[in-house]
Amino acid sequence: MRTYLEFEKPVAELQAKVQELKAMGESGDAVAIGDEIARLESRASQALADIYSKLTPWQKTQVARHPDRPHFVDYQRALFDEFTPLAGDRKFGDDQAVVAGFARFRGRPVAVIGQEKGNDTESRIRHNFGMARPEGYRKAVRIMELADRFGLPVVALVDTAGAYPGIDAEERGQAEAIARSTEACLKLGVGNVAVVIGEGGSGGAIALATASRVMMLEHAIYSVISPEGAASILWRDKSRAQDAATNMRITAQDLVRFGVVDTVIPEPLGGAHRDPDAVLTATGDAIAASLAALDGLPADEIRRQRREKFLAIGRNL
Amino acid sequence: MNWINDVVRPKIKSLLNKREVPENLWVKCPETGEMVFHRDLEANHYVMPNSGYHMRMGAKKRLGHFFDGGEYEAIPLPEAAADPLRFRDERRYTDRLKDARTKTGLQDAILVGAGAVEGVAVVAAVQDFDFMGGSLGMAAGEAVIAGAEAAVARGVPFVMFAASGGARMQEGILSLMQLPRTTVATLSLREAGLPYIVVLTNPTTGGVTASYAMLGDIQIAEPGALIGFAGPRVIEQTIREKLPEGFQRSEYLRDHGMVDMVVHRHQLRPTIARLCRFFRPQAATPALAAPESLPAPLEEAAAAE
Repeated sequence: MRTYLEFEKPVAELQAKVQELKAMGESGDAVAIGDEIARLESRASQALADIYSKLTPWQKTQVARHPDRPHFVDYQRALFDEFTPLAGDRKFGDDQAVVAGFARFRGRPVAVIGQEKGNDTESRIRHNFGMARPEGYRKAVRIMELADRFGLPVVALVDTAGAYPGIDAEERGQAEAIARSTEACLKLGVGNVAVVIGEGGSGGAIALATASRVMMLEHAIYSVISPEGAASILWRDKSRAQDAATNMRITAQDLVRFGVVDTVIPEPLGGAHRDPDAVLTATGDAIAASLAALDGLPADEIRRQRREKFLAIGRNL
Repeated sequence: MNWINDVVRPKIKSLLNKREVPENLWVKCPETGEMVFHRDLEANHYVMPNSGYHMRMGAKKRLGHFFDGGEYEAIPLPEAAADPLRFRDERRYTDRLKDARTKTGLQDAILVGAGAVEGVAVVAAVQDFDFMGGSLGMAAGEAVIAGAEAAVARGVPFVMFAASGGARMQEGILSLMQLPRTTVATLSLREAGLPYIVVLTNPTTGGVTASYAMLGDIQIAEPGALIGFAGPRVIEQTIREKLPEGFQRSEYLRDHGMVDMVVHRHQLRPTIARLCRFFRPQAATPALAAPESLPAPLEEAAAAE
C-alpha cells in the first residue's frame, strides 16, 4: 500500500479508480475496462508529473521525509560491497544514528559514513530517528582519520532532522562533537563527497557535509533549522512552517544558486520512493564522478580546495 | 502624506526616548533584585557588586575593558552580502538589521580589535548579544575570519569572546555555512602555531558552539553563563522533563570536562595574559641550550662501549 502525501491526492484518487476497475475487470468486459485503465493511468502519471515539476519547498520537505524514501541502509546495500561497519567512539559508546565503516565502492575501498533514520518502530528507536548524539560524530571523526591515514576517500550520506537535543547529548559535549567533526572534514587530505539524500538538518548535517563535493537529491532539503523550528522562533507559530520553508530557501535548486551545493541528483518521477533503484543508481554514478574528479590530487591541494570552496560561499552574492 | 511620516514621527520617537532615560540609570540585578547605579556597574565591568552576577557586555565596552588602557586598533571588517534570501518573517530582515544597527551602533554582531593585554599583543573578537541575539550570519562569519587572519598576520594569539543565540535564521543555509567557514579560520590559527582562546559568555548556544566557540585551545567560561548546543526550551520540549539544576551553565560544563576553567570577569585579563605568555614562542631555554647540563647519559654511553 503506497502512502500518498496530502498534495498527491489527485494522483491517489486516479490510482484508486484504476484499482477499482482492475478488480471489476476480473469479472466483467475486460477490453473496455482495459482501455479505461490505460487512460486513467496516463492521467495519473501526468498529474504526478505536473505536481512534481512544481513542488513548493514545504511539499519537498514532506517528500524528503517520506517514510518510503530510500534511507542510508538502502544506499549502503545497493552501492557499497563488503560493507564493514565499525562501532564506537572509544570514549563512551556506539551511536547507531550514525553508521560508519569501510566498503568497496565500484571496486575501490572507501570510508562510508551515513545517518540512518530507521524504517520501523524498532529500527527507528535503535537509530534514534537519525538524530545523532556526540558519540555518533566522534565515531565519524575516528573513521575519517582512519581513512585519511590510509588514503581512502570518504563518502557521507546525510539524512537527519538534526543532532539530538537531549540532556545526555549536552552533558557529553554535543556542540564540541559537531565542531570537531566539521574540523575533521576540513583536515582530510583525501577527497570527501557528501550527498544529502533526505533531510540535511543544520549542524547535525554540516558536521558530515563539509565536503570537497556536496551533492543533493532533487527533492531533498538542507537547512539551518527545520521549517517548524524557524516558524516557532521567528513567527512564534509552528503552523507557519510552510512560510518558513519558503523563506529559508531549503531546496536543492536554491542551494545550487547560492554555491552551497555542487550537483543536484535527479529523482525519478514522483520522488525517490517511487523508483528507489533509479535513484540509487543515479546517486552511485554521481558519487563515482565526484570521486574521479578528486583522484590524483595531492593532499595539500585537496585541503586547500575544500577550504577555499567554503570560504568563497556567500562572497559573490 | 509622506512628509508627515517623515517629519513628525522622529519627533515623537525622541520624546518617548527621553522618558525612558531615567529608568536606565539604575540597573536591577536579575538574581537578587539589587539596584545598581549604571556608572558603578560599568566601573565594575558589568558585574553586580554583591551577587557577582555577570551582566551582558556590549562589544565596544568589552574591547575597551579588555585591552590595556582601553586602547586598541579596530580591525576593519569586510562587508557581507545584504539579505540574499530576501527574507521576511513577521518583518523584513533588512528592517530588523536596520533596527539592530541603530540600537547598537554596530554594523553587525562581531567587532574585532588588536591591542595589548598586560603587555601581551593579541587580537580579540567580541560578539554582541544585543545585535540580533549575537546571531552568526555572513557578516559575523567574515568577522571571525578577518580576526583570525589579523592574528596570523601579526603572529599573535586570538581571543574570542562568544555570545550568541546561534545561527542567524534569516540568512538560511548561508548562516549554516559559517560553521565550516569559521572552522577554517580556527585551523589557520593552529597551523600558524598561534594560541586560540575562547571566552564563553552568557549566553552562547546553537551553531556558534557547534563551531569556533568550542574549538579553542583553551576554553574559558564566565561564571553562570548558559552554554549549550540546543537551547533549554528545545530540550525540555523534546524530552518532556524538567532540566536539572544548573544544567548548561558554565560550572556544569566545567564539571563535565567541556571547559577548562570558569573565570570571574575581573580575572580574565591576567588569566589570558598568563596563558598567552606560556604559549609564546620560546627563546632557547638555558636547559636545552647548554649541552654540558646533560653529562650523565654521555658517561653511561661511554661505559657501555
